[in-house]
Amino acid sequence: MLSLEHLSKTYADGTRALSDINLTVHEGEIVSLIGGSGCGKTTLLRLIAGLDRESAGQIRLDGERLSGPHPAVGIVFQEPRLLPWLSVFDNIAFGLAGVSAAEKKARVEHALEKIGLAEHARRWPRDLSGGQQQRVSIARAFVTNPKVLLLDEPFSALDAFTRASLHEHLLGLWEETRPTVVLVTHDVQEAVTLADRAVVMQPKPGRIFDELPLTLSRPRDRTGLPFETSVRRVLTALDHSLKAPQAQPQRERDRQAAALWW
Amino acid sequence: MTGPATSQAWSSHEGAAALAAPALAEKRRAFDGRILLGFLLPIAVALLWEAAVSFGLAEGRLVPPPSRIVATLWALAQTGELWTHAWMTLWRVLVGFVIGAAAGIVLGALSGSSKTVRHLLDPTLQALRAIPSIAWVPLFILWLGIFEASKVALIAVGVFFPVYLGIAGAILSVDRKLVEVGHVFRLSRLQLARRILLPAVLPEAVIALRSGLGLGFMFVVAAEFMGASEGLGYLLVDGQQMGKPDQILAAIIAFALLGKIADSLLVAATKPLVRWQDTVRERL
Ligand SMILES: Nc1ncnc2c1ncn2[C@@H]1O[C@H](COP(=O)(O)OP(=O)(O)O)[C@@H](O)[C@H]1O
Ligand SMILES: [Mg+2]
Repeated sequence: MLSLEHLSKTYADGTRALSDINLTVHEGEIVSLIGGSGCGKTTLLRLIAGLDRESAGQIRLDGERLSGPHPAVGIVFQEPRLLPWLSVFDNIAFGLAGVSAAEKKARVEHALEKIGLAEHARRWPRDLSGGQQQRVSIARAFVTNPKVLLLDEPFSALDAFTRASLHEHLLGLWEETRPTVVLVTHDVQEAVTLADRAVVMQPKPGRIFDELPLTLSRPRDRTGLPFETSVRRVLTALDHSLKAPQAQPQRERDRQAAALWW
Repeated sequence: MTGPATSQAWSSHEGAAALAAPALAEKRRAFDGRILLGFLLPIAVALLWEAAVSFGLAEGRLVPPPSRIVATLWALAQTGELWTHAWMTLWRVLVGFVIGAAAGIVLGALSGSSKTVRHLLDPTLQALRAIPSIAWVPLFILWLGIFEASKVALIAVGVFFPVYLGIAGAILSVDRKLVEVGHVFRLSRLQLARRILLPAVLPEAVIALRSGLGLGFMFVVAAEFMGASEGLGYLLVDGQQMGKPDQILAAIIAFALLGKIADSLLVAATKPLVRWQDTVRERL
């Protein structure tokens, strides 16, 4: 279980990127953070990944306080960030330390199989399309079997077709080990496709506006009425978060009751 | 929008075709006859001058015709003089290059990776860089004598600055985003240097070494002007004093060939290290 307690981040220049964030993500849950740009979504992921230090509050993973990068926490950045001097295979294997060569080979090959790039193992990253590169970067994070996987708008630079296929690859990898996932997105459809819960954020200072459970069964039918309804609910919450910056949202329990109706 | 349709879009066939296409285009470009156009001008000029001299339209004493230059070069090669001089020059460049490049790499790496060292070293080195290197010659002669040491010192100074600047700049410009990937996987400082910083700076390091080598060849001429009894630079001075322009031009051609060969060897030696780079750089 990943828990954020009274988490705040104020940058050196005085920007209050996050203020008093409280959030608990259960094991194997997929939570999607939604909000306009500048809500502190990236900041939040960077704190969990240990790439920045929080100004106040704390982050706990199964009770253990996180300070700095942790082997059980993986992150996929907005850009693929592949190392251009390593082959696709070696990029995926980059974080596999202290693993025997045979085990490494087996794990990387399995991941390559999963993301459908098995025949590209020996190619350079520069020879891959943007979508393929992002798949490699997702595989690089998954292959170390993290308990928590953070994704920062990983598909935002891709076209709609590529994005839909990457959603499937991501869910395919997730099904195997069921890590806890925190996915940042500004695409409501994406959130409803992937997440068990949507967390809507608000800027200045960055904080949580509302949380909505998305209890549709998987695999999700993107054309069905329940999907549409969920999308509309999230959109409404987003709308409120923009229109009434200080308004108190309807709390989670009411939503849950409504959601059970489906 | 669902699975089969989209995964088809990423099928390996298409990927392979996309990869093959530029490779083919590149091969075709390599056979492009227009590359030969570049030879046209020098060859035409050489032939014209050759004809002008042989028909008596020009005397060709101060500007010898190509045939005489080639003959001189041939004669120098026959007597073995050419090899002695070329070898001496190459030896000086090599020793100066190794010393200058080693110092440039070490100080450049320190200055690029530590802010403290940078604040300590860089202002002084930048000030020294503003001095034209040839201005050191009298001091080097006083300190090191007129023989090899002062020559090698001058060449080493010439090689040092481009290497120092190139290495320090390369380290400073390493993508912070890639360094973060190292942090995420909790690499130690040493692992970070070996697995991310080193490969990231290699392409620029090679370019820095190449410009260092080029300057080394520039300064060896200056070094050999200041009194040498051997070396291609000596052939230049000797040709001037004896009034033998054909010998001067022969030595210039030897310099050009030697510089080009040395540069090609450096490129060939470092090519496996930067194989992953986009091919655009290779034409530099
Ligand atoms: N390194 C930084 N220094 C100062 N301010 C920053 C820094 N990074 C982000 N910010 C500010 O913090 C706020 C939240 O940024 P960010 O986390 O990137 O938001 P999001 O990812 O939701 O778009 C923004 O106002 C941004 O300008
Ligand atoms: Mg962001």
